[in-house]
Order: sequence, then C-alpha cells, then structure tokens
Amino acid sequence: MDPGRRIRVLMAKPGLDGHDRGVKVVIQGLRDAGMEVIYTGLRQTVDQIVAAAVQENVDVVGLSILSGAYMGIARKLTARMKEEDLGDILVIMGGNILEKHIPELKALGVAEVFHHHADLGEIARFIRGRVEGAPAR
Amino acid sequence: MTEAGNGGAAPPGKPSPEKKKRAVRGARTNSGKEIPVVYRPAPGSPEETAYRERLGDPGEYPYTRGIYPTMHRGELWTMRQYAGFSTPADTNERFKFLLRNGQTGLSMAYDLPTQLGLDSDDPQAEDDVGRLGVAIDTVEDMAGVFEGIPLGEVSVSHTINSTAPAIQAFWLAAAERQGVPREKLRGTFQNDILKEYIGRGTWIFPPKPSMRLVADVIEYNAKHCPRVNAISVSATHIAETGATVAQDIAFPILNALAYIRELTARGLHVDEFVPSMSFHLSVGGGVGPFNLFESVAKLRAARRLWARLMKEKFGAKSPRTMQLKFSTGNCGSRMAAREPLNNIVRQTLFTLAAVLGGTRSINMACYDEAFEIPSDESIRTALRIQQVVAHESGAADTVDPLAGSYAVEALTDQVEEEIAAIVADYESRGGIVPFIESGEVQRLLARQAYEHQRRIASGEQVWVGVNKFTSEEKERTGAGMDLYEMDESTLARQLARLREAKRRRDASSAGRALGRLHKACGGGENVLPPLIEAAKARATVGEMTAVMRGVFGTYVEPAVV
Repeated sequence: MDPGRRIRVLMAKPGLDGHDRGVKVVIQGLRDAGMEVIYTGLRQTVDQIVAAAVQENVDVVGLSILSGAYMGIARKLTARMKEEDLGDILVIMGGNILEKHIPELKALGVAEVFHHHADLGEIARFIRGRVEGAPAR
Repeated sequence: MTEAGNGGAAPPGKPSPEKKKRAVRGARTNSGKEIPVVYRPAPGSPEETAYRERLGDPGEYPYTRGIYPTMHRGELWTMRQYAGFSTPADTNERFKFLLRNGQTGLSMAYDLPTQLGLDSDDPQAEDDVGRLGVAIDTVEDMAGVFEGIPLGEVSVSHTINSTAPAIQAFWLAAAERQGVPREKLRGTFQNDILKEYIGRGTWIFPPKPSMRLVADVIEYNAKHCPRVNAISVSATHIAETGATVAQDIAFPILNALAYIRELTARGLHVDEFVPSMSFHLSVGGGVGPFNLFESVAKLRAARRLWARLMKEKFGAKSPRTMQLKFSTGNCGSRMAAREPLNNIVRQTLFTLAAVLGGTRSINMACYDEAFEIPSDESIRTALRIQQVVAHESGAADTVDPLAGSYAVEALTDQVEEEIAAIVADYESRGGIVPFIESGEVQRLLARQAYEHQRRIASGEQVWVGVNKFTSEEKERTGAGMDLYEMDESTLARQLARLREAKRRRDASSAGRALGRLHKACGGGENVLPPLIEAAKARATVGEMTAVMRGVFGTYVEPAVV
C-alpha cells in the first residue's frame, strides 16, 4: 500500500437484514481511527457489494449481518471475490454470529469475525495490522 | 436477535370500563389487609386539588395514572412474546406451546422476505426464508399458522409494515375460512412505516405512497374491524437505533401526528380513527443509562401529554381518542452476549418498569437474543418473567403504585417537558417527515448510538459482566447454551407449499384481482378491498407487492453516515 494513503473500507449490509445500528457505529469508529469508509446502505446483493469494492478500490470489505443469514452470504461473497481475483481484499464480518460457525467462515476466507462486545479499537487495530502489516495489538 | 414485535395494546373496541363496572381481583398484603385498587389523596385534603389537575384518577383525563380505572386489578396485561419461524406448521406448533404455557395473546414474527414483499422463491429471498420469522406467501400459509387456533378468541399482533395491507388481507381471508366475521377479530398491525425509514429498514416504497397505505389500513379498520388496532406506532426500534428516553416518546408521537394529518386530510375527525391507533413503547432500549423510575415516569408522561395534545390541539371529544393505548417491549441492544443469564435479571427490571408504568401488553427480548431467535427455553423464561411480576411481586395489585413519589412525580414532569420540547420543535418546522426523508433524524440517532458505544467501551456506563465485574467466561459464549437451530429443510418445504398454492388456484381470478389492485393504487380507492379479493384468489405477497411497486416506485435511502 502507498505510504500516506488512507486505508479504504467498504462497509456493507448484505441480504435483507435492516438492523443497521451496529454498522453505523463501526463506520464512525473506523473513521475516527483515520480510515476512509464507504457505506453501501441496506439490502445489497453479493454482486453489488463486489462491484462497489472494485469501483471504490478498497482494502477491506466489512459485512454486518444480524439476521443469521451469514453462512449463505459468506459462501457467495467469497466465491465471487475469488472469481474476480480480489483475494487481496480483507473480508471481515460482524453481527449475531455463532462461535461454532467461525471456523467454517474462516475456511471460506473471512479474515476475522467480530462479536457484539468487540471494541472499536480492536477492529481498527486488526485492520491496520493486516493491511499495513502493523502489529495487531 | 435485535428485533421486537409489537405487543399489541388493548383492542380498541373493548367495552370501556367506564361504562361497565369491571370485577376486580382481590389482593392482600402479607399481613392480610386488603389492598385498595387505587391509593389517592384523601377527599378534601390540600393535596387533592393539585392531584386532580396534574394526575387525575386512573381512567380520568389526563390519564397520567392509567387509561382505565382498574388497570391491572381489573385485568392483567396481555402477555405475548414475539414468535414465529420457519414454515406455518412450525410456527403453529410454537404458538400452541406458548398458549399452553399461559400466554394470553399471540405476536407473530414474519420473515424478512414476507416483510419486504418477496415470495419465498425469489432469488433475493434465498438466505432469509423462515429465518427471523415465519414465511407467508399466500393465504394458505396464514391459514396454516392458525390451524386449531380460534381467531375469534385469541388476539394476534402482526409485526408487519410495508406489506401490512397484504398481510391483513391474508389474515381476514384466513379468519373468514374459520367462520370468524371481521367485526369479531382482535389484533394489531404494526403498520408504522415512518419508523422503518428511521431504524428498522423494512421499507419498500417512498414515504408518500407508503403514508397513503398506512392511512388506508387505518381507515379500513376504523370502519370495518372495530376491535383491531390498525397501527402500532413504535418506539422500540427508534430507541434501539439510538434514541434517548425523551426522544423515544417524542419521535413516535411525531410520527403519529404525521399519520393523523394524513387521515384528517381525508376529511376524517380524530375521534373517527384515533381509537384504532395504538403505540408500542420502549422500556429498557435506547441509549444512556436505564433508570427504572425514569422509565415509569416516561410512560406516565406519555399518557398525559397525548391526552392534552388530542384534546387541546386536535379537538378530540372522545375519551378513547385521548387515551394513549400502548404495549411495551424492547429489542436486543441491552441483551449481553457475555454471561447471558444476567439478561433475565435485566428483563425482570424492564418488565417491572412497564407494569408500574401501566402497560397493556408486554413482549420482551429473550436472554439469548445476542445469538439467535429464541429457543423454547428462553421464550418460556421470558413469559415466566411476566408471570412472576404479575403474581409474585405485588406490582399489579394496585394501580400506579408510584404516584405521589417525590422522585417519580418530578421525573414525570421533567420527561414530559423534554418530550414536549422535541415535539414542538419538529412540529414548528413542518413535522418530522422531511427530517426523516433527509436523513437528519437517522444521523442524530447514529451519532448517539456511537457515543453510547464509546461510553460502554470506556467503562463510563457500567454493563455488568461486560465492562465491569467480568468473569473468565469465554467472550463469545453461546457454546453450551441450548440455542434455537434453524431447520435446514425450511426453504424446500416452503417452496413446496408455494408451488401447491399456485397449482390449486384459478390463475385468471388472481390476475383479475391484481388488476383491480393496480387500478386502486393508481387512483384513490382504498387498497384493502382488492387485496382481500386477491388474497382469496391465492395471489402471493410478491405478486401484490410487484403491482404496488410498479405504481409507487422504490425508496432510495439518504446517505446517513
């Protein structure tokens, strides 16, 4: 990544889920941590999210899912990103996600899953660590 | 999950207790003394004059102490937990489970595709069919949910908004199959689109046609279904989006005033339709600290403010217009994922606040809210909380027991002033709708939610077990809990139901009904009659919504963050 360039993050609400308090909190937190954050708004399809990620030239795609529909969405999104050769974009996820499903999500290529009590600083440090190679903690 | 149904307040057509002397339950203290239904200042005492003006007896204007004279001594609140998942047969089973366990009403959770007018076979619906609620595609599904549940006897609260007209049509058609006339049906439709733009997100059409649909449902019910609450103006989702205590009353009231203007513009007087309106108020949601006494004060303040508003500003003559009917509930934002059993204690406090504040119905989030939709155990426990408060706390034994408390009366005055100031501010600028359209309200709430989160992170606001008094328990528990698991066969089973309903229908009569719907949408005719015809002809919610979208268009969210 070019020195001096701000980390660019696309925050997305995939599927039909309308719960957006969490995603808006995370967006504000990442901005305060110095990142450029683009928000898709509600009800985005996987194709729309991937297209936005390409167009906005982002380093990170963050998915917020509170509807429980995360596994199907993660499968489709990671497959689509592989097709588009976007393997270098970091994919992270948050919402109501069960512990037992996290290994499968990570096997699909989701870098990290953040639960309700995740600290905003922790999310920012994780992103910075992965994108800039800075220590995560 | 962070979702709340509307509890559904008392039905509007219930015989008013002012007219009918209602029998009251007996209640005694531990020492065996009889507890009066209402405690009040002695007649002729110096306090009595101020009491009459500021509070009034329960059942008397301005209804600070309750809208009915005997409140919970006459009849306990309706206990209904928000429920529904998978296919109609699965939801039918859970409804019967809840009724067997002493629940006194039903609150129906619809899946997201149904709420957004997508059939289960729509590609966009694939991941969400039957997940957060029950999948309803046609009248067959509605009939299936209520198989063996007499709709003439059980009131049903429907958490449905954009597709409320279509869903009401299904419900009326299903009731007709049971032989229950619409005059006898009791229930509530959430039908509150403005808060969907603010916080819940199940909008389809732009605000203008959506407001017209809300008004169509209210007008239809006011005329034909006297025992149905045609709207449940909701505070809970606004609270969860990031509202303070005063805002979570002020914003729903502002929304209600916008709906009222929509109806009065049709030439109706408030007394003709406001009795068909109810509210779903929040207890234990929102941002900032929870305070039991301020929450009770808020509910009392809301009743007083509404009564005065209706009487003084809108010329209401009927007490039923001035009586703020509300259910109470909350969503999941205060349900911690760490040490989740602590959530049972939290919900007990929220329930107590709702009862002391004179609610008519309660549905609360369950202790496993942070993980999944409720398991049998967690939803039963949520119901047990209500039953314990009802029968083992004394909170229901006398009406408005905190009246006269220096703290609660001062808080009631203070919260009322705060609510009134917000209402006056937006009303002086043309009402709330333009500020929802521009995203200003959403922006304000998003900022407050962020500030709340920072106070949790810094430890400034204590969250027991999360940021103080924490244990070594794993951060993400869920492990070891007996959580609800979605049946993987749901989608396939629902698709089979949908195919069968389509196979059995007369496509041409469904088509004709949809044509009539198209005409009604384009003109001014109420959409309910053609929707009912379409429902009976087994048209799907997706087909109905497609027709409406063709006329009304689709809403585009403003940039908010």
